[in-house]
Amino acid sequence: MELPVISNAAPPSGGGGCSESGCGTEPDALSHLPDHIRSKVQDHPCYSEEAHHYFARMHVAVAPACNIQCNYCNRKYDCSNESRPGVVSELMTPDQAVKKTLAVAAAIPQMTVLGIAGPGDPLANPERTFETFRQLSEQAPDIKLCVSTNGLSLPDCVDELAKHNIDHVTITINCVDPEIGAKIYPWIFWENKRIRGVEGAKILIEQQQKGLEMLTSRGILVKVNSVMIPGVNDQHLKEVSKIVKAKGAFLHNVMPLIAEAEHGTYYGIMGQPEPTPLELQALQDDCSGDMSMMRHCRQCRADAVGLLGEDRGDEFTLDKIDEMEVDYATAMVERAKVHEAITTELEMKRALKAAPKFNPDAPLEDEAVPATRNIRIAIATKGGGVINEHFGHAHEFLVYEIGPKEHRFLGHRKCTPYCMGDESCGDGETVLGGIIRSLEGVEVLLASKIGFEPWADLEKAGIQPNGEHAMEPIEDAIRAVYDEMAAAGKLALPRADSAAQAA
Amino acid sequence: MSLEIVDSCVGCFACEPLCPNKAISAVMQPGEPLFFINPDKCTECLGDHDLPQCAEICPIEGAIVDEYGEALNPLGSLTGIPLHLLEQMREAECRQ
Ligand code: SF4
Ligand code: SF4
Ligand code: SF4
Repeated sequence: MELPVISNAAPPSGGGGCSESGCGTEPDALSHLPDHIRSKVQDHPCYSEEAHHYFARMHVAVAPACNIQCNYCNRKYDCSNESRPGVVSELMTPDQAVKKTLAVAAAIPQMTVLGIAGPGDPLANPERTFETFRQLSEQAPDIKLCVSTNGLSLPDCVDELAKHNIDHVTITINCVDPEIGAKIYPWIFWENKRIRGVEGAKILIEQQQKGLEMLTSRGILVKVNSVMIPGVNDQHLKEVSKIVKAKGAFLHNVMPLIAEAEHGTYYGIMGQPEPTPLELQALQDDCSGDMSMMRHCRQCRADAVGLLGEDRGDEFTLDKIDEMEVDYATAMVERAKVHEAITTELEMKRALKAAPKFNPDAPLEDEAVPATRNIRIAIATKGGGVINEHFGHAHEFLVYEIGPKEHRFLGHRKCTPYCMGDESCGDGETVLGGIIRSLEGVEVLLASKIGFEPWADLEKAGIQPNGEHAMEPIEDAIRAVYDEMAAAGKLALPRADSAAQAA
Repeated sequence: MSLEIVDSCVGCFACEPLCPNKAISAVMQPGEPLFFINPDKCTECLGDHDLPQCAEICPIEGAIVDEYGEALNPLGSLTGIPLHLLEQMREAECRQ
């Protein structure tokens, strides 16, 4: 079976036409997918920007061992590059993981996806990983399962994976060239030996590609993650993107390298540069090739619980779970109701979005609206799709690009909160500098509240703070801000751009 | 003849399932290394594998030593981080 690939390119014509909801001028990255795949994907918090406001995922840390070494990983600590906790985080047995999952699913009906991503490589711990999956497929058939892997053991695990309620598999593929691989993976453990350098990387790459082909040929969704490492694989990832898409990966997600010396990783200690937000975005535009999907991926902590963005892990520690009695049969009924309500709401939203496209009498606004340029707006939010976070408390900002008619979600810019609410505020100045740097390219910042001091500094840095849209839906607010700026003549296009954008 | 796991073990479990003699187990005692090799069971993999499996997969330099206390994966051998930078890291960690 061939899985189509999401790209910016128009869907091939003659492919049976496109479905109604995807047939607009609005960029809809899902519209290229056939119905059965789109339905798998569209309610998935990790893939659908729309759905991620409503549904939630969680990860359980059952798989501690790993069979390779990545230069961006120090297994002692939480890994910021892959969604996995370090071995210091709460490691669980499969039984504990199942209990935790059921407890969370009963308490948070929006939780629809359970992933195993570490702390090591899930497929290097096949017994623990598959025991967890087996129990959950049986006891909680309404939970989708997903798994991430470095790919080394993947070909051996495909048959077993196919037996479970697996929603999708994520493979981290950073290269297809062993010479480049040798700069990313110092060694792998293969057939009872540690194999170093190019030789090891070559085996890893072969296994990853073989595993990818085996999965897609069985119709299992495959997402490919790549870590962008400037000067090592940044240019190469375009090639990777082409190859994995040709082999049927339905999504290629490029994530920035995180390399801080205090993490004790090879790259951190050696001072390997991380990509800037703009470099990352340029590569994402080339590779992911999709307008709205996956940019909201936030490399979440693997054991985070709750709606994307809010971490409710503390409510579900092992000792608290031990005391809980979970009646999953009852919970499942409740969950089904909640899911139905959410689906109805999402469908209504989709219908509303689609509606104007079918109005043949819609006025042609094109000539009336003076050309204005696109701008980037950063949002402080706790989730739920509204502007509901104080500037000083934000751990990240959502960045949108908005033009005269369309907007798109670009991604997250992580930061240290300006005000941690304690003495660390003393350090506020440098923290603010970091935030401003992370907001490179952004012109407006919307938060529910912004303090006096950061306000002035943001303005000085060319970022207009704005607290007037507190509690408003993000998309309405950015449109309002854009229209206001356009009306005030702040967004006039320089001439050359104007021609380019009109084209 | 037996290998030994020392303090620097991070408890990643990678070695445990590989041991042909089931000599490795997790110790859940504070102050002890996280994993333990039973010296009566460990054969250094002789007769089963060409190389001691635990030391082949262990990602932590210096965590597994032989009977003379020599690390099977000496500092710098797994990550390629130059020794002087590793030293600096250590010092920084100690200061914390
Ligand atoms: S595959 Fe994951 S756990 Fe293993 S070394 Fe790489 S980042 Fe670390
Ligand atoms: S050397 Fe071999 S026998 Fe001894 S503990 Fe390690 S894996 Fe087991
Ligand atoms: S592989 Fe090394 S670090 Fe991991 S548990 Fe065994 S001895 Fe410890």
